[in-house]
Amino acid sequence: MGTASDIKLIDENGLRIDGRSPTELRPLKIETDVLDRADGSAYIEWGGNKILVAVYGPREAYPKHTQDIDKAVIKARYNMSAFSVDERKRPGPDRRSVEISKVISEALQAAVMVEQFPRAQIDVFIEVLQADAGTRIAGLTASSVALASAGIPMRDLVVGCAAGKVDGKIVLDLGKEEDNFGQADLPMGILARSGKIVLMQMDGDLTEDEFNQATELIMDATRRIYEIQREALAGKYRAMAIERGGE
Amino acid sequence: MPKDEAGVLSEIKRNYILRKLKEGQRGDGRTLTAFREISITTNYIPRSAGSAYVKLGRTKVVAGIKVESGEPFPDTPNQGVLTTNVELLPMAFPTFEAGPPNEGSIEIARVVDRGIRESKMIDLESLVIEPGKKVWIIFADIDVIDFDGNLIDACTLAVVSALRSAIVPGSKEGSKDFQLPVRSLPISVTMVKIGDEIVADPDLEEEQLSTARVTVTTTEDGHIRAMQKGDTGFFTLDEIRKAIKISSNTGKQIREKYFQ
Amino acid sequence: MAEIKQIVMPGDPIDSSLGKPRNGVYKCGDQQFCSEYFGIVQISDQSIDIVPFAGPYFPRRGDKVIGKVIEVGPSMWTVDINSPYYTLLHMNDTPWRANAGNIKKLLGVGDYVYAKVMTVNEIKESWITLKDVGLRKLEGGHITSIPAPKVPRIIGKGGSMVNMIKDATSTRIVVGQNGLIWVDGEPENVMTAISAIKMVEREAHTTGLTDRMQKYLEEIRSEKNGNSI
Repeated sequence: MGTASDIKLIDENGLRIDGRSPTELRPLKIETDVLDRADGSAYIEWGGNKILVAVYGPREAYPKHTQDIDKAVIKARYNMSAFSVDERKRPGPDRRSVEISKVISEALQAAVMVEQFPRAQIDVFIEVLQADAGTRIAGLTASSVALASAGIPMRDLVVGCAAGKVDGKIVLDLGKEEDNFGQADLPMGILARSGKIVLMQMDGDLTEDEFNQATELIMDATRRIYEIQREALAGKYRAMAIERGGE
Repeated sequence: MPKDEAGVLSEIKRNYILRKLKEGQRGDGRTLTAFREISITTNYIPRSAGSAYVKLGRTKVVAGIKVESGEPFPDTPNQGVLTTNVELLPMAFPTFEAGPPNEGSIEIARVVDRGIRESKMIDLESLVIEPGKKVWIIFADIDVIDFDGNLIDACTLAVVSALRSAIVPGSKEGSKDFQLPVRSLPISVTMVKIGDEIVADPDLEEEQLSTARVTVTTTEDGHIRAMQKGDTGFFTLDEIRKAIKISSNTGKQIREKYFQ
Repeated sequence: MAEIKQIVMPGDPIDSSLGKPRNGVYKCGDQQFCSEYFGIVQISDQSIDIVPFAGPYFPRRGDKVIGKVIEVGPSMWTVDINSPYYTLLHMNDTPWRANAGNIKKLLGVGDYVYAKVMTVNEIKESWITLKDVGLRKLEGGHITSIPAPKVPRIIGKGGSMVNMIKDATSTRIVVGQNGLIWVDGEPENVMTAISAIKMVEREAHTTGLTDRMQKYLEEIRSEKNGNSI
């Protein structure tokens, strides 16, 4: 976590620096099929995050030695564009994005029925156009929507969500200042219906009790995020049916 | 190690381990939460500022610390710098290849680094030579020389031990050499899930059988400082809670046994 | 109003009182089945299928598919059939007399074939053949594609939908089970046929599509007649 500072992140009314309550998510919006070429795609706005996800595949894995005879390999590539942060970010993978790509790939692999696609790979390209805080969980949330829209069989949708500690209090979905000056961050990826944990990282300082509070907030918010994912996928098909009926 | 052991686990071995686990025992006789024998030799590389040779069962790693003066990061002008790097040497395992760090070694290095950093083990603010201009940079490099599972914990033990023994060469900057100031003792405990069982400090065979991995790093106060779930399986929330308890208990035992 | 079929997400439980769970479902509990796909629930022959809105084509033995040659070897062609896996066509599985090492003149890179899936193995390697009635190299025409899961809608009951489009647009149409569709005829008619196909793709999840298609094609026809006066 970031360095200590004198900035007060929670005011006397218990509200956060952006006016949210401790259990409130930042504004969240997801759209599907935003790219024409990809087999599936999604766009997510979550707080100040703007992230695009494109899915290609399943397709035969190349080079051939990367093929798994029993299942498909999921290759997520998390990438921050040069203009996504205040100072220009040098293009290309750094150690942070390599690690994030790995944990997102593993989380998605837990949900996708990879055993149906021997020798194949499924590419998930995550492009962070504008980064606020929580880009990995926003990217994960959008990735699972993009995979579903590509018609890839999955056990469940994956929801990404984080909680953290700010001014000694456990709060949901850290914003940028909270991420920079807070005391802990706990991003998680959860299978929406079963509650199974497929991604988890944590840094900072939490007691066991605080961890339990944080996961309670996350599990509760998972339901809300899941509804937004479902609506992003199904909404336009319903809208089309209504439009047709209006003729 | 025979070549065939490097690949897939044989059916016989697999069944043996799974059967043992159902009885609450490991293939090598350990209980589910027990670590293998740990051995720590500090000042193993006298030419470095601090070093440690760590054996965790048959896994062996060497950590060396180098301390150099340099520029601070622009966003933390009044702090020293800590960087951690892990090399999976080809000598350690038949399928390890020479070359730039791959995602596996990057993940290990970052999880080790996070545990130490978030534990505030090193007082980075005490490593400033000239505010905003010159600070001490701590390079923690780890060579993995023999691989039999659980690299995250072996590497954390090695870096922590090496840092505790490290000397900052202050005389090169016009003051005196001094012991690197450390404030806490982070211990990482890595567990894997095999079937429905959670086992700590997995060896390679257990890693090959497992579906998911979780590392929990704690400090003396029992607080959680870093966590990382890995691999393509899942944990339930109850399993994670259990893992946290195992980590804080085991961390305590390791501190008492090896760091008194 | 066009009725919409029930939309499900991956992981949604399936009500098995409506029929026997069949395609696109997995066992997610002792007595419980869940959807694998984002798609619609379809009930037929007392069975429940989940039909995804999109997704890859998997070759099955006996399927008739349209494929594009992407590589020519000494005795075999590698063919892209709009699937995660390429398929192979051996020179002995064609109606032509071919000499090994010189098969490029029979089929070159970029040529399309209408072929039948002969075999598929457990790691999804497959072989196709041109030896059957109606199978051939596709000459001329235009190729369009739809997601393979929507092919049954394009064909319609007993071929009703595709025949309606063919008749109304005076085109020849070959529908591959892999979602590639070959359309041949006057350029303007081909465009009309393709727009009809795209309409089926867009509205595959709604009911009453055949009736709406009939109306759509009639409108186009009367517009055309009107313009020609």
